[in-house]
Amino acid sequence: MTTFSLMVNGAHVSSSVQDRTLLVHLLRDELKLTGTHVGCDTTQCGACTVHLDGMAVKSCTVLAVAAQNSTVKTIEGLTGGDELHPMQISFNEKHALQCGFCTPGMVMAAVSIVERHQGHITEEVVREELEGNMCRCTGYQNIVDAVLHAAEGFRIRGNW
Amino acid sequence: MYPYDFVYRRARTIAEAEDLFNCFEEPAFLAGGHTLVPAMKNRLARPDALVDVRFIPDLHGISRSGGWLHVGAGSTHFQVSTSAEVISAIPALAGMAGTIADPQVRNLGTIGGSLANNDPAADYPSAVLGIGARIITSRRTIEADDYFQGLFSTALDPGEIVVRISFPIPEGAGYAKLCNKASRYAMAASFVSRVGSDVRVAITGSGKDGVFRWSEAEAALSKDFSADVLGAISPDEEGIASDIHGNATYRANLVIQMTRRAVRAIGGIDVR
Repeated sequence: MTTFSLMVNGAHVSSSVQDRTLLVHLLRDELKLTGTHVGCDTTQCGACTVHLDGMAVKSCTVLAVAAQNSTVKTIEGLTGGDELHPMQISFNEKHALQCGFCTPGMVMAAVSIVERHQGHITEEVVREELEGNMCRCTGYQNIVDAVLHAAEGFRIRGNW
Repeated sequence: MYPYDFVYRRARTIAEAEDLFNCFEEPAFLAGGHTLVPAMKNRLARPDALVDVRFIPDLHGISRSGGWLHVGAGSTHFQVSTSAEVISAIPALAGMAGTIADPQVRNLGTIGGSLANNDPAADYPSAVLGIGARIITSRRTIEADDYFQGLFSTALDPGEIVVRISFPIPEGAGYAKLCNKASRYAMAASFVSRVGSDVRVAITGSGKDGVFRWSEAEAALSKDFSADVLGAISPDEEGIASDIHGNATYRANLVIQMTRRAVRAIGGIDVR
């Protein structure tokens, strides 16, 4: 058991969990941020993707205690309120989800991709960089469309 | 929480990491954790303590001096793939790092962790052996030719930490990989580098004992640095792995084809 602190969605969090606790379980079970999902045991599906110090990571493969003093952003913290993030609006408009289980991870990964490339991405880049996220409904086409659509908006506005 | 219980300790210096390591019976060093944590989640590994070395400043930084490129062992695959120093010195190395796993994994996985693990299908061992790099550890310098010692085995002693990797900058280097379509690990991959007539060829993903130098190809390419000379030679199938994804004959052919592609890709990569 280790007591440590970290920032989650802009709020200071003090936590006391077993060292073997995974970051995703700290988020879901302790902080009740259940938007972050667990879809596999093998670091492959990406449903647990969050931003750790600004980088997209799989929170099922980071120890909670190893994230001490770090900044974490989850799907709940994307806008900080009830409004949807432009990427979420784009997923809605392009019907980029079927069952929705992979969606939080897809959105968090997609936001990271668009920001890293400042909106200048092609379909090929989107497909390559979403390699770490799986959609069991196989609805990739609309997901790719949604990311490209959101990227276009980012490009025009120069920001979200 | 799937892993067995263990104790986590974060080290701030190399000396502190070595001291912490000595405090436990079966400790392991934690860097990016993208092999170790999945193994622990599936209870395939059971260290009693993890000594986190990710935040040790001496393990970070990428620099170039003289004819050498120095890459801190704590550098993530993302950092190596996007480093201006790496891209200008050895573009094939940057390109290769950008093909490891997926973006989320590349954001945490490290070169030092990959080399300490020495997975037989990992990418970095082929670059280190194919360029003839030096592994600088907390205790000594190990030449690439002495470092890799079979599946998941290296010359590292218990408690020894990889600090940085120093690559002699070659005149040219190329990397080619054929990925398994499901796992995206290498079915076969070849890293080729050249300094004058001195050519090195390292193969990963295919060797029974992990990464290896293909000396026949090195000899042929040293005489004539052309993809065409690889038509007449083939690696000994005795040393090639055979599994559900491909038998030794198939993989031996892939080794030839990947080496051809690597020669043609000099200055970059060809990954499919």
